[in-house]
Amino acid sequence: MGAGTGAGTGAGGGGGLDAAFFVAWLEEAAGEIARQRDRLTELDAAIGDADHGTNLDRGFSEVLRTLRETPPASPAQALMAAGATLIRRVGGASGPLYGSAFRQMGKTLDGGEAPRPSVTPAELAEAFSAGVVAVERLGKAAAGDKTMIDALAPASRALSHAVRDGLEVREALTRAARAAADGARATVPMTARRGRASYLGERSVGHEDPGAASSALIVTALATAASRTAAG
Amino acid sequence: MKKLINAAESLVDDALAGMAAAHPALRVRERVVLRAEGPLPGKVGLVSGGGSGHEPLHAGFVGYGMLDAACPGEVFTSPVPDQVMEATRAVDGGAGVLHVVKNYTGDVLNFEMAAELCDDVTVASVLVEDDVAVQDSLYTAGRRGTGATVFVEKIAGALAEEGAPLAEVARVAEETGRRSRSFGIALTSCTTPAAGRPTFDLPAGEVELGIGIHGEPGRTRAPFAPAGELAAVAMDAIHGDLPLEGDLLVMVNGMGGTPLLELYVVFAEVEACARGKGARVARSLVGNYVTSLDMQGFSVTVCRLDDELTRLWDAPVETPALRWGR
Repeated sequence: MGAGTGAGTGAGGGGGLDAAFFVAWLEEAAGEIARQRDRLTELDAAIGDADHGTNLDRGFSEVLRTLRETPPASPAQALMAAGATLIRRVGGASGPLYGSAFRQMGKTLDGGEAPRPSVTPAELAEAFSAGVVAVERLGKAAAGDKTMIDALAPASRALSHAVRDGLEVREALTRAARAAADGARATVPMTARRGRASYLGERSVGHEDPGAASSALIVTALATAASRTAAG
Repeated sequence: MKKLINAAESLVDDALAGMAAAHPALRVRERVVLRAEGPLPGKVGLVSGGGSGHEPLHAGFVGYGMLDAACPGEVFTSPVPDQVMEATRAVDGGAGVLHVVKNYTGDVLNFEMAAELCDDVTVASVLVEDDVAVQDSLYTAGRRGTGATVFVEKIAGALAEEGAPLAEVARVAEETGRRSRSFGIALTSCTTPAAGRPTFDLPAGEVELGIGIHGEPGRTRAPFAPAGELAAVAMDAIHGDLPLEGDLLVMVNGMGGTPLLELYVVFAEVEACARGKGARVARSLVGNYVTSLDMQGFSVTVCRLDDELTRLWDAPVETPALRWGR
């Protein structure tokens, strides 16, 4: 899929992340989830009910349609629209969890009465962290429970540290993506304590958590979007 | 994979079209199944829902004396808040609405979101969590809602039909859940149409003990054994959690791919087990009520009855899947 965001937009220039950057993120995430749909469903078949890839693909396809029909004017609008669409279309636990994460990010970046056309990397890091907290609260999950949190929380920490250390946004997001992927892989030896895999107890050991795997894809898409829009 | 479908993507909608065509007493609006006579003024509305693939649960229990609406999600995927909101508003006759929610993270989240957004309707909620195979709620998402959902929907539905207020209907629903326990055993996995092949591999000589209703594997595997031994495993697991005594309502439920002939074999063993433990099977249900697509296997659900629950279980019901007394 093409960038389609026009020149002078995205993550380049003075470090401002605009609506086009967030649309690019959601497009990259949707593309990656579509490509890895069967892998996600297979991971879910091992310790869940074999529908994670199918459900997320349905939801993110719908997100793309929403963004095309109503192009967002601000980062907050893009994220709120994505969150609402995921809640409306995915079902299961992943719909409300991812939907709430995106909505919470959007709320955090919302400028109130005056829509903010772009946000700083530090604000992105703060919003991402707020999104992760929303998932923890709603899913009543903590690190080590073998859930999405095991990919999202390390990614959030890596992003915050990188931004605080003054790294440029592409490098910061690349570190976040690496932390998410490592976090997802680290769920393999864990025993699930939340979500559907928790019913298996010890038998969940030896399998990567499908929610952590999809979270890693979504964070990786953030890094990809940064490279893509900065290049444009 | 051989399935009687047109396409995996249209399966749920195609099946709902069939339900609407087969049952004129139902009205199907998008992904909400309603009683055709609409909201009944002064009657508490009962709404349930969950993933598809468990038929007749829940849409097959919409009708007189049971549910007012069901919200079917995609196969094994909870419905979305929009569906639950639409159902809740559609069945509210001014006396409030009871949500019957099976304890799965997805079902709980989507029903909670819907209840919060329906601030124009008084909503109460009962969580069904009867599966004794999930032992430790500290290290899991908690006990799953399985067979007891049928008992809760029937018994609370009967009380609602009598015109009882929301608090009373919610109380009897809770009470039914508190007195009910389930345990399931699978002989095979099931095949979701989207995945196209069995969710797990189960060798010919083994069974899965403590299964849920989504084709997820159980907690342990055991060697395949005669029906009597498998029934005893289920009954012992239930008895270990809720001692079997007094009058029981017992459901032997098929998982979708098990012949009724075999379910009756299991029921005979279950009845003998109950008797052996000093309890009496006072009411029973044998058949496919909470299924897992084409899975072979069964679950046993037991409810320790009291006079009120017995009376409400016996009350008239007229739905596609349960009907008597009317």
